[in-house]
Parts: sequence; C-alpha cells; structure tokens
Amino acid sequence: MESKEPKISVEHLEGAVVVTILGERLLEDADIRSVQESMMGILQQAPRSKLVIDFKNIRFLSSAVLGLLIRVSKKVSEQGGGLRLCGINPKILEIFRITRLDKIFDIRPDVKSAVDNGGQAG
Amino acid sequence: MGKNRRKHRTVILESRPSAIDGLFRDITVEMKDNGYGEEDIFAVHLAVEEAFINAVRHGNRMDPQKSTRIEYSVDSRKISVSLTDEGEGFDPEAVPDPRNGENLLKTSGRGLLLISSYMDEVRFNDCGNRVEMTKYKAAV
Repeated sequence: MESKEPKISVEHLEGAVVVTILGERLLEDADIRSVQESMMGILQQAPRSKLVIDFKNIRFLSSAVLGLLIRVSKKVSEQGGGLRLCGINPKILEIFRITRLDKIFDIRPDVKSAVDNGGQAG
Repeated sequence: MGKNRRKHRTVILESRPSAIDGLFRDITVEMKDNGYGEEDIFAVHLAVEEAFINAVRHGNRMDPQKSTRIEYSVDSRKISVSLTDEGEGFDPEAVPDPRNGENLLKTSGRGLLLISSYMDEVRFNDCGNRVEMTKYKAAV
C-alpha cells in the first residue's frame, strides 16, 4: 500500500538538482516506484541535469532501492547528465561496498561536496 | 551483556513488503533484551527484509492469497530466523553473482548476496522455498 506522505523533497542548489529522500527507508514497491517516477520526471523536464540524491534520512536500504538507483543512473547517463549520491551513513555505505556499487556511483560525504564544482557531471 | 531471555515465535505474514514492520519491532526489542548491539540488529534487519521481499516477490509472486511463515528464536548467543513461502522454490546456486561483469549494472539480483554477507549461516531447503539464517552475537 502506498503511503500518501511525500517521499522526496527537491531543491536547486548551485546548478544541481538535490533530491532528498524523506523517509528512513523505502520498502513498499509503490513507494519505490513513486520515488523513481519523481526522479525520472525531474530528468524528463531537465535533461542533462546534475542530479544529487541525499540519503541523510535513510537508516535502512534494501536491494530494491539499489535497483532504483541503477535505473536512474542509466537514465542520467543516456541524457549526458551527472549523478552523485551523498549523506550515506557508514552502515548503508557498507551495502554499497559489499555489492561493489561504490565503484559505480559517485558518492560524496554531504550535499556541499556533492554540488561542488557546480555539480559537474562525472 | 544482556540477560538470557530465550524467545521462540512463529508468525504468518501476507504478501506485502511492509507486513514485516511489526515483526522487526519485536525482533529489535528481543535482540536488545539479549544484549545484541546495533550492528547485529542492523544485519538481521537487512537480511530478514531481503529474504522476506524475495519470498513475497519471487516465491509468492505478490499473490495476496499466499503468505510467508516466519519462525525465529533469540537468545543471548544467537538469533535464528527461517522464512517459508508458498512458491515452487528455486536453485540459489543458479543465481549469478551480481558483482561480476555486466551483472553489476543489473537492477536486481543482490538479495542473496546481502543475506549471506550479513548472516553467519544461511541454508536453503532442497526445494528452495525455505531459508534458515543464523547470526551469532558479536563480542562487544
């Protein structure tokens, strides 16, 4: 069942689009789809976006969310934009390391470092 | 430290990912009562969530008529959790390593890797519709 509460917040910062996931975890398929649709919508409206996803609220992360990130990453790549992840706590970062997705994603400590250099792609 | 409060419980959950929430709260309380640290609680939470999502999505194929049976026992030494779905099962050995080559960019297939990475023992029955997982309390 999809919760009616907003799942993300969006702000524009130094040329980048910063998406903050609001809940401490995404579990239901409907919620994951909702977040994915929101992010794809952002990319649709502004191709070549410099997208930053802030995980500061996330305390638990499932492999389904990793799948969401890969889909978003592929879309960003197709459009010639850039994607960075930030605000990932050490326990969640370990999940990226175990799955070797820390080699795929550009992960920064916080929003400031993620939008630095004008949030340039790559 | 923690007291040795052995707990054994069985629940039947419907095929909806968030159906696991109440069970997580109970498991967390029982693990804390038995002196488990946050790292162990996080590990069990992750592995059980991945196993439950697999049971719901792949085993029961999101069929609301099907459920997942979860049995667990916790004491001051270890926690063991088993999940049994109503699907036909699968061969866990046939699941490709998601870290290799082009699998790295696939959008699914990481659940078993995470389960085996975070739990100390993982066993499937012959059919593949039941998984038993054990985590030993880490020394503090």
